[in-house]
Amino acid sequence: MFDYEKYLRLEMFPHIWCPGCGDGIVMKSLLRAIDRVGLQKDEICMVSGIGCSSRLTGYVDFNTLHTTHGRPLAFATGVKLAKPSLNVIVITGDGDALAIGGNHFIHAARRNIDLTVLLFNNATYGMTGGQLAPTTPTGKVATTARQGSIDPPFDACKLAIAAGASYVARGTSYHSQQLDRLIEGGIKHKGFALIEILENCNTYYGRPNKISLLELLQWEKDNTVNVKAAERMTPEQLQGKIITGVLHQADRPEYVALYEEHIARVRAKATAAA
Amino acid sequence: MSTQTKSRQVKLLQGNEACAEAAIAAGCRFFAGYPISPSSEIAEHLSVRLPQVGGRFIQMEDEIAAMGAILGAAMTGAKVMTATSGPGYSLKQENIGYAVMAEIPCVIVDVMRGGPSTGLPTSPAQSDVMQARWGTHGDHPAVALAPASVREVYDETIRAFNIAERFRIPVTLLVDEIIAHMRERVELPAKGEIALWERPRPTVPPDQYLPFGDTPTGVPPMANFGEGYRYHVTGLYHDPRGLPKDSPEVVDTVMRRLMRKIELGTPDILKHEEVLLDDAALGIVAYGSSARSAKAAIRMARARGIKAGLMRPLTIWPFIEGPVADLAKQVRHIIVPEMNLGQLVLEVERVVRGRCPVHRVNRVSGEPIPPDEILAKIEELA
Ligand SMILES: Cc1ncc(C[n+]2csc(CCOP(=O)(O)OP(=O)(O)O)c2C)c(N)n1
Ligand code: SF4
Ligand SMILES: [Mg+2]
Repeated sequence: MFDYEKYLRLEMFPHIWCPGCGDGIVMKSLLRAIDRVGLQKDEICMVSGIGCSSRLTGYVDFNTLHTTHGRPLAFATGVKLAKPSLNVIVITGDGDALAIGGNHFIHAARRNIDLTVLLFNNATYGMTGGQLAPTTPTGKVATTARQGSIDPPFDACKLAIAAGASYVARGTSYHSQQLDRLIEGGIKHKGFALIEILENCNTYYGRPNKISLLELLQWEKDNTVNVKAAERMTPEQLQGKIITGVLHQADRPEYVALYEEHIARVRAKATAAA
Repeated sequence: MSTQTKSRQVKLLQGNEACAEAAIAAGCRFFAGYPISPSSEIAEHLSVRLPQVGGRFIQMEDEIAAMGAILGAAMTGAKVMTATSGPGYSLKQENIGYAVMAEIPCVIVDVMRGGPSTGLPTSPAQSDVMQARWGTHGDHPAVALAPASVREVYDETIRAFNIAERFRIPVTLLVDEIIAHMRERVELPAKGEIALWERPRPTVPPDQYLPFGDTPTGVPPMANFGEGYRYHVTGLYHDPRGLPKDSPEVVDTVMRRLMRKIELGTPDILKHEEVLLDDAALGIVAYGSSARSAKAAIRMARARGIKAGLMRPLTIWPFIEGPVADLAKQVRHIIVPEMNLGQLVLEVERVVRGRCPVHRVNRVSGEPIPPDEILAKIEELA
């Protein structure tokens, strides 16, 4: 049995998440991944925004920073650049990362700064009661789209790849073993690592759309295809499927390393001049 | 161009450059910003200087990000700063509130220009005085300083860092465009002459550490992230350990402590200058570049036999209540010249409480207030 308790702030329990919510499942996966990488608790700084998923930082025994809505990547950039020895992991919701924080998302990816970002995609704004998110599928209802959304949703992974992220993966809360490995890979990767996690808000996305918790989990299973399996499938077979696994990995210079080189160059020049 | 006098340097410096150099002297090692006139020289200067001293400079994607980045950096122990002007200062406000709540030391330079909106990008104003007090939402303490010369920009920048660190609070340096872009010959203090205040540090082992506990000063010690003191930081109301709590007792206790730490510190935070006030029958309360005009005006008035004097707050928030209340007992009239339609005058009126009439001299045209205009008011009242 995995010892979750050594990573938890037990006095914070019971947690605020609804029964069946994907957030707790993902948290467990994250703790297992951290354990596999072998990081010490003091070496980890976990930064989150605002939302149900962002509450995660309160439950875990690391250096934790629960910031403002949409801004965790900005805070995390400051933490990482000021203290590169910290492993900085960002917890962010789909609204947090892609709506209010969309600008920080593309720019952190562009810099390829060494952050591991877990994007909890539940296709809604859980914390505020199920309003339309930039990931809500067209046609689904939300409390601010009661007659069905006409908005097209974002593909967070494509966005991150286009912006310059050097590790981009997608997993689901259903495929928890795969998710452990994707998060582990993201933590080990030097550069901007995005792990988009398809998970559920059964309370505010499932219920209004008349989808049960079981059906939500079944959907995660039935509608996703691992990138390896997808290679052997025809376009017809892949129709409507979402690809999971490591979608993109590139060898690009990392921002903090570049900055440290910059400091070294500037100082060497000054010494030479003196 | 600089000459050394007993390790003091004499330099011809622009206000914005003085701010950047003072930040380095105060120990600032992290700056995040976003370009905006008339503050950009601060970022430009620090982009060169910070790497030279092993610090870090980053241009972020907007002012919200810049504010967030400096707060993240401050959690690792760095002294941090950002600089902006009115539109950017507005964008920073939510995260400034976060810094108040999470008690993260930081300095925000606001080089004031004419607003609202894009307004007058390169002309002076003093119109962010109330934004510096009430810009972020919710009850909160606020500290803002207003220098009136290039040398004072240097000294007040250092003081901004000192106050921010000692009291774990965001401090705004309110500079107006005139002083930011003015060049003056300044003698900079030698290294040993600069007194630095540091943030309180934990003296107990991690298992006994209360990152948000009460202390006699109301300021809890602050541990750096990554040094064994693992704790939680949140903008939600929180208990002494930093964990979110919303019980009425916790909420009330946190808010009152946040206010109390600044009330207790106020004697060390306040600073003002008095010019020719001893025998004055007419007092001027002015700050920033308007105070320079006021100083000229009282000299001109004295040459005409009118006993005018100046009270010049360098600390704008908290306000110099005691000195202004005393002034109101001494003089027959108080004049408040400002490059806005009346902001600090509201505070003067509140403190004066009708003990003497308070008059205004205002300009919102993007032009400085000339001494003549203040003199005319003095002569009208004399
Ligand atoms: C500046 C600001 N705007 C709006 C809110 C209200 N708000 C809190 S959480 C949230 C959305 C959360 O959605 P998401 O990021 O997807 O997280 P989830 O709750 O679904 O995990 C909103 C709009 C806020 N806290 N701050
Ligand atoms: S509201 Fe939705 S996202 Fe929030 S805890 Fe409940 S199920 Fe999870
Ligand atoms: Mg969501």
